[in-house]
Amino acid sequence: MSLGKHLLGIKDLTKEDITLILDTAEKMSEISFRPIKKVPALRGKLVVNLFFEPSTRTRSSFEIAEKRLSAESLNFSSGTSSVLKGETLLDTVLNIERMNPDAYIMRHSSPGSCKLITEYVKGSVINAGDGASEHPTQALLDALTIRQKKGSFEKLKVLICGDIAHSRVVRSNIHLLKKMGADVTLCGPATMIPPYIEKMGVKVETNFEKALSQKDVVMMLRIQLERQEKILFPSLKEYFLTYGLTEKRLKLADKNCIVMHPGPINRGVEMASEVADSKESVILDQVENGVSIRMAVLFLLLQGGENEDSN
Amino acid sequence: MKIVIKNGRVVDPQNGVDETLDILISNGKILSVDKKISVSKEVEVFDATGMIVAPGFIDLHCHLREPGYERKETIESGLLAALYGGFTAVCPMANTNPVNDNAGITNFILETAKKVSKIKVYPVGALSKGQKGEELANYAEMKEAGIWAVSDDGNPVMNSALLRRSLEYAGSLGLTVIDHPEDKNLSEGGSMNEGEVSTRLGLKGIPAEAELIHIRRDTALSNLTNESIHIAHISSKYSVESIRVAKKRKIKATADVTPHHFSLKDELVETFDTNYKMNPPLRTEEDIEKLIEGLNDGTIDCIATDHAPHAYEDKMVEFDRAANGIIGFQTAVPLAIEKLVLKDKISLKRMVDAFSSSPARIIGLKDKGHLSAGASADLTIFSLRKETFLKKEDIKSLSKNSPFLNKKIKGAVMAVVIDGNLFRLREK
Repeated sequence: MSLGKHLLGIKDLTKEDITLILDTAEKMSEISFRPIKKVPALRGKLVVNLFFEPSTRTRSSFEIAEKRLSAESLNFSSGTSSVLKGETLLDTVLNIERMNPDAYIMRHSSPGSCKLITEYVKGSVINAGDGASEHPTQALLDALTIRQKKGSFEKLKVLICGDIAHSRVVRSNIHLLKKMGADVTLCGPATMIPPYIEKMGVKVETNFEKALSQKDVVMMLRIQLERQEKILFPSLKEYFLTYGLTEKRLKLADKNCIVMHPGPINRGVEMASEVADSKESVILDQVENGVSIRMAVLFLLLQGGENEDSN
Repeated sequence: MKIVIKNGRVVDPQNGVDETLDILISNGKILSVDKKISVSKEVEVFDATGMIVAPGFIDLHCHLREPGYERKETIESGLLAALYGGFTAVCPMANTNPVNDNAGITNFILETAKKVSKIKVYPVGALSKGQKGEELANYAEMKEAGIWAVSDDGNPVMNSALLRRSLEYAGSLGLTVIDHPEDKNLSEGGSMNEGEVSTRLGLKGIPAEAELIHIRRDTALSNLTNESIHIAHISSKYSVESIRVAKKRKIKATADVTPHHFSLKDELVETFDTNYKMNPPLRTEEDIEKLIEGLNDGTIDCIATDHAPHAYEDKMVEFDRAANGIIGFQTAVPLAIEKLVLKDKISLKRMVDAFSSSPARIIGLKDKGHLSAGASADLTIFSLRKETFLKKEDIKSLSKNSPFLNKKIKGAVMAVVIDGNLFRLREK
């Protein structure tokens, strides 16, 4: 196994690493459906959930994964911590380090922040989102969902639509989907498409209807209401008019197309309610897979893949 | 006290000299430059065999941080670093605390410098009061105290009317205006070059156009007022082209480039090492090529360090929150040697000119930047063959923020002479 000590981004993984994580997650998924949803795999390990940015989904999903593997969790968020008193990231981490944790799950608004702390800690660092850089476990849970629905990634036509420039989900997904052989198209108003993104091996199509044509997977991104002042588009209404996924537009995609979203969704902004609740929507499957992926990642990094049968 | 610098390869671009000569110095002036000057025993001899002897190097752009930011640098530590870097004169920017926008601060800087160092200091005053970009600072009183130029440097002037008035008013007092070209609306929130790398890393980029737009404005206003403007630390190919065009039209614009902008490219930011974070940001291979081309053909007049000391805690943070800039005094000369001269990108003569004659001309120093008899006895003596390898303890600055720590660079400063005072900086 070439999986390293940390999971900072999909960029550093091989196709084999990704497949191993997906396979492990698949095996672990049944734990969540046992009467007693717990295995002792990470008993005695301390995992710190270090969230400097708000998160509901990712954070609770990691916490549940830690609990199902019997790890101890310490929750730390910027709202309740000494960060508010002016402590730097490194000082915060150096303090926690003396509590001897085995892993840090970190979310932070600055790209590269997870890499920064790896030089100061003994344990593993798992990136739960660093600015607009990467969000590897999101891309992995997306991949698991796609694999379950589509079987394989080879030649799969994937469309990602929304605020590409500010999205860490997009970057991790591009790395992953390209490594697995899928064909990726990005869509959104040009104000949300960063320059030179084509150099990452993707196509760009700003016309949503054209972009939807023949797609097997359509991934819609959350439009961040708080970014409105950044003059990226005039109004939410206008956004929905041009880039909102409606039932009518969805018909332009392949007839077996699935609809994904990293959540939380804005109904009536990036997608119509009927689409969010449609049979094509796999948004809630993604949430469920999130727990399995995070169990797999924690298990592989903290157990080094040994002792696979944790029963 | 007389000194003779013997057997060095004397490079004096202004006088068209490049040959092995001796230089005799007396009472702070150059007495003669000749072949085999014979001297009596009481004359101090510096054997410069195998070395280059050039007019003293002048840095047009640095930050000495005092008053106000003494944990980053003091005038004393900064000037010591400048000395070890081979500089005989430096121009500190006005973004101290309080800002150098009045004669009191200018006097403080000059008096402190005089006490702690032989290096000549030519301060740059603030362009606007408090560098706030609102109203003109008191140029006349600062001029009397000793400034030669005004600039808001890191707080680029966004108000074009203010810049116009500054050019006019400074011009009537014989002061030069220096602009840091950056459209702050376009660059807002950016922490590296906007391009393939910023997109991949998810870091907000600063497009080269943010610089270009202000250079076009600056040269247009220079043309309107017929006053000279110096454009600081240009970083992109578009900027070089724009200044080339302005110069062809006889607009009184000059420009400089820093050693890091012609040595380092934006891909290095992939390491997230905050020592690669500067403003303007490091750009691409192609930009580097065009910057060097511009330096070679004189579009870019000189090399300036933009020496920007920052304390450990200012840099040991997340990349997008880190302070901009690196220290530059002790690496400038070796970087120019390794990246430009030894690679045959520019001639030794042009390098010496970019470090001495050109800055002297821009400041308006008649007795510096050349080695004519009667000129100030300011010399920079360096080797093309020796190497520079700086460990933390070799850095004379209080701050150690350099991406060149523990790295070998070809070329080394051996000695400097300032006003006839010889400083031997390195064992042969």
